[in-house]
Amino acid sequence: MGTATRLLAIGAVAGAIVVAAGWFVTRPSTLPEAATAGLVGDAARGEAVFWAAGCASCHTSPESDEGLVLAGGQRFPSDFGTFVAPNISSHPEHGIGGWSLAEFANAVTQGTSPDGQHYYPAFPYGAYRNMALQDVADLKTFMDTLPASDTPSGAHNLGFPFHIRAGLGVWKVLSLGDGLVMDAPTPELEQGRYLVEALAHCAECHTPRNAIGGLDRTRWMAGAPNPSGQGRIPGLTPAQLDWSAADIAYYLESGFTPSFDSVGGHMAAVVRNMARLTPGDRAAIAAYVKALPSAE
Amino acid sequence: MREYIQVYIQPIITTGITMTARLIAALTTAAAVAMPMSLGAQEAFENQIKARKGLMDVMALNLGVLGGMARGIVEYDAATAQAAADNLVAVSSVNHLFFWPEGSDNMSVDNTRALPAIWENLDGVVASWTEFGAKSEALAAVAGDGQAALGPAVGGVGGVCQACHEDFREPNN
Repeated sequence: MGTATRLLAIGAVAGAIVVAAGWFVTRPSTLPEAATAGLVGDAARGEAVFWAAGCASCHTSPESDEGLVLAGGQRFPSDFGTFVAPNISSHPEHGIGGWSLAEFANAVTQGTSPDGQHYYPAFPYGAYRNMALQDVADLKTFMDTLPASDTPSGAHNLGFPFHIRAGLGVWKVLSLGDGLVMDAPTPELEQGRYLVEALAHCAECHTPRNAIGGLDRTRWMAGAPNPSGQGRIPGLTPAQLDWSAADIAYYLESGFTPSFDSVGGHMAAVVRNMARLTPGDRAAIAAYVKALPSAE
Repeated sequence: MREYIQVYIQPIITTGITMTARLIAALTTAAAVAMPMSLGAQEAFENQIKARKGLMDVMALNLGVLGGMARGIVEYDAATAQAAADNLVAVSSVNHLFFWPEGSDNMSVDNTRALPAIWENLDGVVASWTEFGAKSEALAAVAGDGQAALGPAVGGVGGVCQACHEDFREPNN
């Protein structure tokens, strides 16, 4: 075998390895089966997770003010197209009532569907991947108690190339950071960090994104253009927000700003969720917000 | 917001009526229907926007008095709380007939966050306002009974503020 041929052969093998490695790294990931085996959910604790994680804000039907029929249908315009929230009610066919805990945990924490496809990150699994699996089990147990809806899920309306889900594997590798962002030197800050970063996914709207739609962690909670294309989502760091911790906690409870304007827009739905948390949880979130470093 | 453009603006453009023409028509109608003829149409129109914002400011002022006491920032005083709650009830009795001239949404003019959704559902706006009245009366009924009653009652009013602003007001930038 000549040198040139040998080099070609080595190149071909190396190329195949790179392709295989690329496929391997970007394939939809799943948790080991042992991860959720033996976990028993608690519906009451799951309800607290449900409100903190804000599931209802996006998955309730746009026609319904009832927060517990998760029929989907809300539309979320973005630079990449319009996402349509799916039916995640307990309906066995049109919802997710037929899923096992392992399938549910893979969806929520890995962004991987039961049929092994990547979910779009409009579903904030980038935050939920930091959830404790016991909380995931509790959440599923609670959601199984909610009403079933037979409304079929609507299709997303995305342009080329964003409709190709395999590309999301690359996006996940490039965009999902290494776990939690902020330091949490006290128990209260740790509690606040878990609520903000793992459950309430505040950063999904309040942190600006880079060209491929990943969160810019160097500008954590510094505010961002509204993905709908009009207006901005306000920043929460000291450069943008000077409310006291008590002001923030009261806002999350009542929807009132310190000057007694009221919350509006999509944040009104967030406040409805936050109002259901314990005062201690809201105080922890406020402490977390006050601990944010300034960013522009 | 793109949906609003599609729903509200696109049909206007496609039927050949410009925004300006729509605005002028709205101004003329609003002025003819609602305002004394001595005022110029533009001035009347601006006053309608100013007035509805001013009404919201009066609400915020009185809610601030009550909310400060509810939060324990300001010492509770029964007479003050009662006065503020009575003011809210009084505000809620103001008829909305003159506040929402056509063309005074945030797609048509700059100095408002009023969404076009208001004009799609004026009955919904009025229903929210009626609900605000009911919650204000509930607040006024307990405002003099001590600090502890204020929190939930102020919260009841706040729920109406939120629901209406969620549907009908552009988020703060």
